[in-house]
Amino acid sequence: MNKLRASVLMRHEVGLHARPSVKLTKLAKAFESRIDLGLSPDGPWVDAKSIVKVMATKAPKDSTIYFRAEGTDAKAALEALVTLVDGDFQDGR
Amino acid sequence: MDDRTHRTAHRIEGRSAAPGVALGPLMRLAPAKHDARQHRSAAEEHQALVDALAASEADLTALVREVGDDEAEAILSFQIALLEDDNLAAPAFALIAGGEVANRAWSAALAVQIASYDGADDPYFRARASDLRDLRDRVLRQLAGEVDQVVPSGVIVAADDMPPSMFLATDWRDGGLVLRRGSPSSHVAILARSRGVPMIVGVDVERLENGTDALLDGEAGLLIINPDTDTRAVYRQRRAEQSEARQAVVSFNGPALTASGERVRVMINVTGLAELEELDPAHVDGIGLMRTEFLFQGREKLPTEEEQYQIYRRMVEWAAGKPVTIRTLDAGGDKPITGLTQAGDINPFLGVRGVRLSLRRLDVFRLQLRALARAAVAGNLKVMIPMVTVPEELDRCRALFEQAVEELRREGREAQLPPLGMMVEVPAAALTIEDFSADFFSIGSNDLIQYVAAASRDEPQLADLARPSRAVFGLIGHVVNHGDRSGRETSLCGDLAGDPGQVAALLDQGLRTFSVTPGALGPVRAAIARYSGPSA
Repeated sequence: MNKLRASVLMRHEVGLHARPSVKLTKLAKAFESRIDLGLSPDGPWVDAKSIVKVMATKAPKDSTIYFRAEGTDAKAALEALVTLVDGDFQDGR
Repeated sequence: MDDRTHRTAHRIEGRSAAPGVALGPLMRLAPAKHDARQHRSAAEEHQALVDALAASEADLTALVREVGDDEAEAILSFQIALLEDDNLAAPAFALIAGGEVANRAWSAALAVQIASYDGADDPYFRARASDLRDLRDRVLRQLAGEVDQVVPSGVIVAADDMPPSMFLATDWRDGGLVLRRGSPSSHVAILARSRGVPMIVGVDVERLENGTDALLDGEAGLLIINPDTDTRAVYRQRRAEQSEARQAVVSFNGPALTASGERVRVMINVTGLAELEELDPAHVDGIGLMRTEFLFQGREKLPTEEEQYQIYRRMVEWAAGKPVTIRTLDAGGDKPITGLTQAGDINPFLGVRGVRLSLRRLDVFRLQLRALARAAVAGNLKVMIPMVTVPEELDRCRALFEQAVEELRREGREAQLPPLGMMVEVPAAALTIEDFSADFFSIGSNDLIQYVAAASRDEPQLADLARPSRAVFGLIGHVVNHGDRSGRETSLCGDLAGDPGQVAALLDQGLRTFSVTPGALGPVRAAIARYSGPSA
């Protein structure tokens, strides 16, 4: 099984806060692959589908978010997640 | 044939909290009983928590469809997402497997999460602790069997007590409210009066039966169970007359005059822009009190200067030249704000609230003063400071305000210093009113009464003490006199001003500016029109 990786700079004004976290975990859950999220290229990794874990990273503005995914739709999952974070969670506020 | 007519009618007396008549079935809301859980087997406790989580999620999902405002929707969606995540409850289920009862296990699991958010450096993350507390309590209510009942319109709700948030979430069309606790001056009662919801307090709701037909007379403080056909007819007629009278009052225009032709100003108390939509500024003499707490409550983060400015400016523009008196943040006491008020005040009403809090949170206060100084350019704005106790507090506020104006001008923005007044609600300030360099005075009778009587307005047993006594009227007269002598306006913006039965007594004290909830405009103007001079 292949493990894919991606990273993206998060510029959201208040960091990986409630609203962005809800969007991110909802999107991650739309994919079958196992997806992890971390704040450094070497982890520690948390389940990107768990809002409890994602919020617990308390990622501030200007953090780089790292993803790794494993599964049949891993590539699509990473693309979608990177687009979401890069697009400021489709949320200008 | 209607079988209800065969049951015997009986009357239950309470105390009037908001006038009006409601006719409909009684709906009992389950009382609080957090510790009522019996310990059962681990499997049963596990299932109880599973059910409570599912029910909470269903409630939140239903709620999110109704709220219709962005901020509230985001908060609820976050709570739903948390509930959907198995990681949230996993530690609780582990504790249950180890023999703990469901409610304690859930509280313990959430305590860890709450502590983690409470300890965050970033204020945005810190504020999430309140969401988790909210969620914790919702699930605990489910575990205790306190179902979040959906209140249909047209019923008379009977409950032990009701938080303001729940009152606001309820559709009260044609409905009414009966409480055991609370008092005519509690916040729910204030809301009920401003929204025209009949309400009485001090009723032993334990004895009331769900679904029974009832008639609520908010004026008389009376609940009639199984009213007979004649009684119903009388009240139907009264309700029709009331709504007619309300319509007539709204269309009433022109200045308020006493029977002897003396001009009295009648302004309104408002808590937001929404209330103004139905009102024509021509019907009032201005806004005597605009509260700003609602800008700060139930939010993810404190409002920015720009947000505040926009709202203040729209208020001033709505009034079209009439005065708009905005009160700086009066948080603390019974109005806590996440991330701002101090938790664990031993006696919140005697604690760090109003100006006391503002002078300790200059970051927040300065932003509000800047927004106000900018809005002052747009029209007839006045600013008042709540809970002033000694002259130095007001002097500091004025200095900060002047600084804010200077700063803004240096930045090239238009700004000006509006008239700066004070709320008179602390007896010490009322007694030494001559010492304060305020541009105007506004008497806050609700707090003044409870501070003068040393009796909480929320303690039903003390309702007879926490009322407008001769001591209170004496202080009001003292402040009004000083205002007259020194050429400064004195208004009264507490509930006392909106009580038609007290209007004459206030006019006797020389008060000529009233500020009342929009719902009381008509009755107060009518009482003023009946006044023909001091009674003996």
